[in-house]
Amino acid sequence: MNFDDTPEEARFRAEARAWIQAHAPKHLLPELELAGFGQPALRSGDVIAASKAWQKTKADAGWACLHWPVEYGGRGASPIERVIWQQEEGPYAKLAGIFIIGQGMIAPTLMAYAAEPHKRRYLPPLASGEEVWCQLFSEPAAGSDLAGLRTRAERVGGDSGDEWVINGQKIWTSGAHYSDFGMILTRTDPAVAKHDGLTMFFLDMKSPGIEVRPIKQVNGQSGFNEVYFNDVRVPDHQRLGSVGQGWRVSLTTLMNERLSIGAGMPTGFPELLEFCRTFDTGDGLAIDNPAVRSKLATWAVRTSGLKYTAYRSISALSKGQTPGPENSIGKLVAGTTLQEIAAFALDLEGASGVLVDAAQPSASARFQAMLLRSPATRIEGGTDEILRNIIAERVLGLPADMRADRGMPFNQIPTRSR
Amino acid sequence: MDFDFSPEQQQLKDQARRFLADRCDRTAVRAVLDGPQSYDAKLWQGLADQGYLGAAIPEAYGGLGAGYLELCVIAEELGRAVAPVPFSSSIGIAAELLLNAGTEAQKQRWLPALANGKTIATLALAERPGRVTAASIETRAEHGRLSGRKLPVADGDIAHLAIVAARDAVGAVSLHLVDLTGAGVQREVLPSIDPTRSQARIDFTQAEAEPLGAPGAGLAIIDAVFDRAAVLMAFEQVGGADQALQAACDYAQERFAFGRPIGSLQAIKHMLADMYVSATLARSNAYYGAWALSTGSAELPEAAATARVSATQAYQHCARNNIQVHGGMGFTWEFDCHLHYRRANLLALALGSLSTWEDRLIDRLVRAQDARRAA
Repeated sequence: MNFDDTPEEARFRAEARAWIQAHAPKHLLPELELAGFGQPALRSGDVIAASKAWQKTKADAGWACLHWPVEYGGRGASPIERVIWQQEEGPYAKLAGIFIIGQGMIAPTLMAYAAEPHKRRYLPPLASGEEVWCQLFSEPAAGSDLAGLRTRAERVGGDSGDEWVINGQKIWTSGAHYSDFGMILTRTDPAVAKHDGLTMFFLDMKSPGIEVRPIKQVNGQSGFNEVYFNDVRVPDHQRLGSVGQGWRVSLTTLMNERLSIGAGMPTGFPELLEFCRTFDTGDGLAIDNPAVRSKLATWAVRTSGLKYTAYRSISALSKGQTPGPENSIGKLVAGTTLQEIAAFALDLEGASGVLVDAAQPSASARFQAMLLRSPATRIEGGTDEILRNIIAERVLGLPADMRADRGMPFNQIPTRSR
Repeated sequence: MDFDFSPEQQQLKDQARRFLADRCDRTAVRAVLDGPQSYDAKLWQGLADQGYLGAAIPEAYGGLGAGYLELCVIAEELGRAVAPVPFSSSIGIAAELLLNAGTEAQKQRWLPALANGKTIATLALAERPGRVTAASIETRAEHGRLSGRKLPVADGDIAHLAIVAARDAVGAVSLHLVDLTGAGVQREVLPSIDPTRSQARIDFTQAEAEPLGAPGAGLAIIDAVFDRAAVLMAFEQVGGADQALQAACDYAQERFAFGRPIGSLQAIKHMLADMYVSATLARSNAYYGAWALSTGSAELPEAAATARVSATQAYQHCARNNIQVHGGMGFTWEFDCHLHYRRANLLALALGSLSTWEDRLIDRLVRAQDARRAA
């Protein structure tokens, strides 16, 4: 049992570290270190431009999408090398936010289902950040029950027609407003059971008939969008998988969402510990209060537990094994903890906890930003409840929930109480 | 990075699990729960014969000298089996006290007997409710004679040897070895929440006592050794939590209500998923403790406290929700749910309460942070 690199891993780490040291945008580092928990990656300047610039620099030197095949813009690196890179990239990885969905979720789906010419056309610019992709899955009436989506794709010119027309609405689409392409899950047959009538496509986000409207969130930012489709035409060669196979195609995407392994998700604990060590509640430093210490201890062991759980998964990768299911707990634990920690920090501040003011003692109002952003962590990419279902069914082997709409043709599924 | 047990250690763990499934099934545990004996003497001897008790005791003192990672996987399996044996008292604490504070002669005299199971040893520390502090210790040891009352003493009724914390002539707390089979020792079993691990009151009256460790260093030695014992106990707790979770999952598959297995209901599923989360966090934190213990890392104080707090929370969580998943049947003497519930709550107090360890953890995180900044 050890945390040491193998000689090959150490060599790779040294190479990655040296390259980052020589090429990273160091002038952005102070801002990037403070970013996160609902605070923008950059307060000054254009984060998208800075992100694209860093991504292109990495891609030109072969440090983008490390685990992808070289011919698609990657480096052909092993999973453990990818993890080492993430560790070494550190705060600069916060500049990769706009690429996560495209590179982490859509690209594996393209690799599995797109035609070879499409892979060669679309994957390299996705790796280099020159083109950004979004994922058009959720709808107003289809969130956790994603397979209940209603956006229609109808084939023009019968079963062998070479064009489709899409009508409907998507929602919670991260980055749709700056994306070049999107991958969209549509309903192509409403007369069969809901999982059986879906088909996946990709499309140009500048296609006529697409309208993107940013959603103003609880915290005042707008990372998500509504996207409307009004007679949007998509060629049949942009279909991914066969007609009616869309659900299976979407699982490739969703599985990749959950496979990503980092160094443990942030919980806000180090920030809270630091705050408690310096903040005087009026009865002395917060850290000296037994009630505060008890709560800190609980959050400390959750944070540590996530870190060492990630290390267990990384160890499996290092040995060329597939990690176990233990990493599925990450977002569930981190989301709840973030929210609890934020509320607790405000509580310590007393009445001034309400103020979103960088001059207040809580270090740039970061706990206030954390409070207002944390509800989203518990919802996006699978709600806490869906994650618990997944752990219960896929990890613990419990039977699936009974579903009132099982096997029922989609167009006969009740949608409201009578 | 290889943050995992080696294939050989996994093999040892599987072997220990099979051994315990055979020798420590529910009948064996229930014989101690319902019967007059305080522990399973045959099982204890079997564990010694397998080399499990002496796994981390150096060969020079009659052990296998295999190492602490080996002892950790054995502890996990003992926890899983809710084994009614004085492992944590004799091996987790007493052997470590001897190894860390004993003279060469004391180690030669006692460790082989602890490793072969012939001698059971325990720590006699507490005297009254609340946290143990120097002020809470009134037992006195002067001129080789020790007098006072200790309670509760884990496994105090079956132990042959006690390591007793007592005040010396100048009032400082020191440790002493006392032969519990000798004169001036009276002991009585005390009823407790977990009859599968006995508790006793021991009255010492001018009992012969031999100093262990430096005079006045008693509580410091105990603190340091409790870090080591906490890692081993965390593995016992992780094994117990894992088994309680497994039992709850099994029952949720078998038990039907409303025409379906209750495990298909989200209320049950989500409870089980949360138990899995606790158990997984605790396991990963216990691995961190095992790494620190086995490598002699300077991080052991924070790693041990992390492992201890996490494992205590997880075992208590899994044990209480295992009863909840079982419904009314979980509250019967007949079902095994209460074995874990009892053991989880016993282990939660065995090395100092959860709140004590939470407090310690924060102290140590702060100290570690300062040390890193200074460096």
